[in-house]
Amino acid sequence: MHFRKLVLAAAGVAIGAGTLMAAPEKAGAAEQFIPMLVYRTGPYAPSGIPVANGFRDYYTLLNKRDGGINGVTVTFEECETKYNTKLGVECYEKLKNKGPTGASLVNPYSTGITYQLIPKSAVDGVPLLTMGYGRTSAADGRVFKWVFNPPATYWSQASAVIKYISRRVGGYDKLQGKKIVHLHHNSAYGKEANPTLEILAKRYGYELTLIAVDHPGQEQASQWRQIRRLKPDFVFMSGWGVMNQVAIKEAAGIRYPMDQFIGNWWSGSDADVVPAGDGSKGYLSTTFHSPGAGFGVHADIVKHVYGGDEAAAKENKLGEVLYNRALVNAMYATEAIRTAQGKYGNKSLTGEQVRWGLENLNITEARLKELGMDGMVRPIKISCADHETMGPVAIQQWDGSQWNLKPEWLTPMRDIVRPLVEADAAQFAKENKITPRSC
Amino acid sequence: MEFLHAIFVAPFVDMWTDPFFLAELILVGLSTGVMYSLVALGFVLIFKASGMFNFAQGAMVLFAALTLVGLMEKGAPVWLALIVTMGVMVALSFAVERCMLRYLVNQEGLILFMATIGLNFVLEGAGQLMWGSDVKRLDIGIPDRPMDILDGKILLNTFDVTAAVIGAILVISLAVFFQKTAMGRALRAVADDHQAALSVGIPLKTIWITVWTIAGIVALVAGIVWGSKSGVQFSLALIALKALPVLILGGFTSVPGAIIGGLIIGVGEKVAEGYWGPAFGGAIENWFAYILALAFLVFRPQGLFGEKIIERV
Repeated sequence: MHFRKLVLAAAGVAIGAGTLMAAPEKAGAAEQFIPMLVYRTGPYAPSGIPVANGFRDYYTLLNKRDGGINGVTVTFEECETKYNTKLGVECYEKLKNKGPTGASLVNPYSTGITYQLIPKSAVDGVPLLTMGYGRTSAADGRVFKWVFNPPATYWSQASAVIKYISRRVGGYDKLQGKKIVHLHHNSAYGKEANPTLEILAKRYGYELTLIAVDHPGQEQASQWRQIRRLKPDFVFMSGWGVMNQVAIKEAAGIRYPMDQFIGNWWSGSDADVVPAGDGSKGYLSTTFHSPGAGFGVHADIVKHVYGGDEAAAKENKLGEVLYNRALVNAMYATEAIRTAQGKYGNKSLTGEQVRWGLENLNITEARLKELGMDGMVRPIKISCADHETMGPVAIQQWDGSQWNLKPEWLTPMRDIVRPLVEADAAQFAKENKITPRSC
Repeated sequence: MEFLHAIFVAPFVDMWTDPFFLAELILVGLSTGVMYSLVALGFVLIFKASGMFNFAQGAMVLFAALTLVGLMEKGAPVWLALIVTMGVMVALSFAVERCMLRYLVNQEGLILFMATIGLNFVLEGAGQLMWGSDVKRLDIGIPDRPMDILDGKILLNTFDVTAAVIGAILVISLAVFFQKTAMGRALRAVADDHQAALSVGIPLKTIWITVWTIAGIVALVAGIVWGSKSGVQFSLALIALKALPVLILGGFTSVPGAIIGGLIIGVGEKVAEGYWGPAFGGAIENWFAYILALAFLVFRPQGLFGEKIIERV
């Protein structure tokens, strides 16, 4: 009995001490607090870990190499969401007021969490940076003042994929009669591309089949038998987590040509191609940045964050697709803070001030070179009306050991996507009694 | 009208005009059903021996598969990794008996259930803590290539066939064990009444360790089969959810029930997804499995092979 009490007491002390130690630093130099909603556990952890590591390493790099952003230390705290919307909202509530000026901005890293936070962020004055995910029509900054989704949305991505397919078959006119399947996660995220694909199907005359896969996607035998019978010319996938891995394996199992199977940018990570082994060779996916660890920013991370220990950096996913994506995301966030500092001074900034920084973010080729990311990602310029920028989309291919970027960058079909964005945003504004800003 | 046509006419016309697609769905459903059965068996074994619904069965599948693949990644040959993993599962059953079960003798079923929820979190955490959360490829040499039947009209996979054979061997072994051995009879006696079994000299602790060990081995087999298919990762723990409709259908106390239930659910959900899925926008197999199981319950509340419990009140 004594022993049990002792163990309980020790556990209590340990938990208490841990809580105290986890509290962010408050005193000292100016700091800019950025909450980190992460998922290092749960069914989506294999995707969540490289993302979390990328954010952590980039913020740490800025602090160690540059002494923060213009002398303002970047502080951050992780909160585990398990990719669960309810937990994500709890994390947001827990962290939104931390730091001297509250949360600078939030990267929810989940479309489900994003949808829940859109109304909250406007009330709390915390900008949402949803890079390549979330609500597509948030690209209309006149309605969605607090939400930013550069460099491209699901709708832009879908149009870029159709453009890519048209190049493969020999032109838009050759799309007539072609069969395209959209295999998608049965969730708000998975269905986002459907309306765009349907509109493009009417325009170009391809035959679109939508096939849904339920969470988590461990079992897809029936869906792939439907695909085998349908014999589509291309399969486009909007999957996440285990759904991607099983889909690639099932595709190999029915001998579907891998170079006609295109995942979206959340279906093209290093973890996705592991279970199928050699069967995944040739698989394609979209992306908006380069894979690999050969850029200046990676060399700096190895040097300043890992003390030159490249093996340790690789163990922490350095250079993997999702790690690089987090680096780009963290760069957008911190460059927005830097932009805002240009107007408001080098001090701890409020969410409203950082929002201004995001809305005036202009990352040029020259700036990318300074950041060690030239060639890794394309320049962007956000504006009051356009929170997306419709940045170009690239295609990468798995060769059995690494992802290789195809040379051509594809510009989304703005003439089709932007009117859809504006119509959806207008509908949202009407339903929520929002008066659009004039930009 | 179009919806009614898609429900009541189109699927049957489709089955008639393209019977090979139906045959393929049935065969795929059977192989998937065997894999569901492998998970359901673990639940049945522990429920039979202790009246406990083991919420941690999915976590045991994950834990066993993570241990196996973790050892293989460290350089252990497959045979050694298998032996060591079995040893780990035996050690786990001792630990469960020592740290959890012996304090819960003759407790209410709900208390036992809550204890297994705790065990579930411990195993999920421990597995990932020891071996990480990355997706791991598991290849223990099970052949995995497409197999054409009838000039390619039907396509199966050698992996699915092998998994079905493994499942069949496991089921036959367990059926023989339960029905023909003294230990099997003792297990059933313990399930009926802990204290009565103790009073006639049945060693409760030995029984519990034995049954948790067997459930651990079954979890390992399930982990190998599912892990080879999707990679070893956390979502393996979620396949326990696929076993629930199987248990509802087959009964919580029947080994053959777990098998037949698995096959019915496997075939039912694949055929439903293939023919009726499009009418509902797809992805109906998860909830359809429960609808199917509940439909059976209307006629047999104890499941297909479950024991009918009559209590005097």
